[in-house]
Amino acid sequence: MAVPWQEVVNRIDDYRWEIPSSYKPGMRVPGLIYASESMLGHIFQEQVFQQVANVAFLPGIVGYSLAMPDIHWGYGFPIGGVAATRIRDGVISPGGVGFDINCGVRLLRTNLTLEEVKPKIERLINELFVNIPSGLGSEGKIRVNEKELNQVLLRGSRWALDKGFGNTEDILVTEESGCMKGANPDKVSSKAKKRGIPQLGTLGSGNHFLEVEVVDAIYDYKSARAMGIAEVGQVLVLIHTGSRGFGHEVCGDYVRLLGEAVKRYGINLPDRQLACAPLDSPEGRDYLAAMSCAANYAWTNRQCITHWARESFVKVLGKSQMEIGLEQIYDVCHNIAKIEEHTINGKKRTLCVHRKGATRAFPAGHPDVPDIYRDVGQPVLIPGDMGRCSYIAVGTEGAMKESFGSTCHGAGRVQSRAAAKRSLKGAEVARELADRGITVKTGSMGSLAEEASQAYKDVNEVVDITDKVGISRKVARAVPIGVIKG
Amino acid sequence: MGGMFLEKDFEFIDHTADVGIVAYGGSISQAFSNAARALFSLITELDSVKEVLYRDIELTASDEENLLVEWLNELIYLFDTEYIVFKRFDVSVLNNSRLRARSYGEKVDSSRHQLKTGVKAATYHMLGVSKGNGYRVQVIFDI
Repeated sequence: MAVPWQEVVNRIDDYRWEIPSSYKPGMRVPGLIYASESMLGHIFQEQVFQQVANVAFLPGIVGYSLAMPDIHWGYGFPIGGVAATRIRDGVISPGGVGFDINCGVRLLRTNLTLEEVKPKIERLINELFVNIPSGLGSEGKIRVNEKELNQVLLRGSRWALDKGFGNTEDILVTEESGCMKGANPDKVSSKAKKRGIPQLGTLGSGNHFLEVEVVDAIYDYKSARAMGIAEVGQVLVLIHTGSRGFGHEVCGDYVRLLGEAVKRYGINLPDRQLACAPLDSPEGRDYLAAMSCAANYAWTNRQCITHWARESFVKVLGKSQMEIGLEQIYDVCHNIAKIEEHTINGKKRTLCVHRKGATRAFPAGHPDVPDIYRDVGQPVLIPGDMGRCSYIAVGTEGAMKESFGSTCHGAGRVQSRAAAKRSLKGAEVARELADRGITVKTGSMGSLAEEASQAYKDVNEVVDITDKVGISRKVARAVPIGVIKG
Repeated sequence: MGGMFLEKDFEFIDHTADVGIVAYGGSISQAFSNAARALFSLITELDSVKEVLYRDIELTASDEENLLVEWLNELIYLFDTEYIVFKRFDVSVLNNSRLRARSYGEKVDSSRHQLKTGVKAATYHMLGVSKGNGYRVQVIFDI
């Protein structure tokens, strides 16, 4: 790397950095990175500038190839990347969604305080760990055949509801109401279905977790109230998981298939993992239909886990669910491509917005924001790493103006999993978390070390940047008291 | 470099988010077999795995790089759907585009197998199959 990053980017302001389209021949639009100056060295070193530039090659891309402040290296697209393509002559790319399709976050609120939960946290975490299948190679408690799975893929959260997992209110506060239209199980390989069947209703491993947390700061009282967050000390439950092996197989299948399509349509790409096809082509439409199936699988998954989390609280606390609360605040996707309307240079356009490690952040008044949040904006859920904290924010007009209604999704990795494992032992991480009053239950100590705080950027800094540039607004922060991890 | 290839069967390479492997072999078949052993040694300790069952795999692909990705993804698929950990692989690669393999291992038994890392997929990033004195294959896994 002969050229220092300072010579590559144009500083727009303290938190906006442009990669001009002259950086790499073939870029159709410039890149734009939201970051502080101190973050840029690492981002550059990781070759993320290259990845932001590579995304700008996609036919039909408009505006900028965007990078949120939690940006880090990913396959094809960087994680924290956002790209919008015209549906008329643009492409859709599975690499712009990622392997874990609709990896996302769901947040529940309780009427409980730290004082009430703290004495029972060990029992609660143990119960959650027993009740929610998690970890590598874990099988779900739900038995479906292929025919039933097809219903999951078509109907998403609604399927779970019909089976008694959750209630109608949950769906009202789920992105897309927990079901992407246009899902078509015929566009999903039988291998993906076979991987999906045993894993339905499982938390998984890697960075997936369920966290019991406590509100420790409120920044925007009006929005917090709309979400039923009343005070510091209130207990929340955060669920972070996705479409498991099903989504991985769908992504892998379509990266391979669209790799062939790239040749057929004569698309010039600098990286095979960016494989794509025109939105207006059989291949592009098929991917969107299969991706929608995976999104629906993920919502079903989170819906079932929500149900078991509620059961666990009721059992351990010996109170009714009504008393405890556990109503859903919201459920967001972090890895998805969506067909949306955006205004570009004063003109309304229908675009395919790829969000890979990014969160939709629609403002107050947007028709896709549920009624109860119409005045404050769509809730944005941003988990930090395992031991730090997580944020609740809301979408803004600023996001609509400059980031296709998107903001960050988390902390962003700075250390490889292998490096994290080498420098820390799972047992040490567990002890450190225990010292800070966080109870952890995990299926794998190795996976605990991989997800240690040190491996991530500071989520506080990431969220502050999105707040300062105005693509989302901070509402509240919560710190963990107990975690279950695969 | 060529002469170095056969000193070890495989090694791990660090990658920003994930982990990669480099595997070696006197033949492409042997390199593919070592790549599979590298994959399963990421998942668990190979020494803890017994050979009690086998699965046969047959694949075709447009070139040897695609064949490598498909081969490893097929094994990930078997782990995900049947909970089998494999430790030994009889692989034969024909014309760099066809693969036939018999893989030996057993179903996961949590009392004996400590599962370490979940592997989502083999990717095309930094993918390579090269021939010197022997074969060297490289693949990055999404984990």
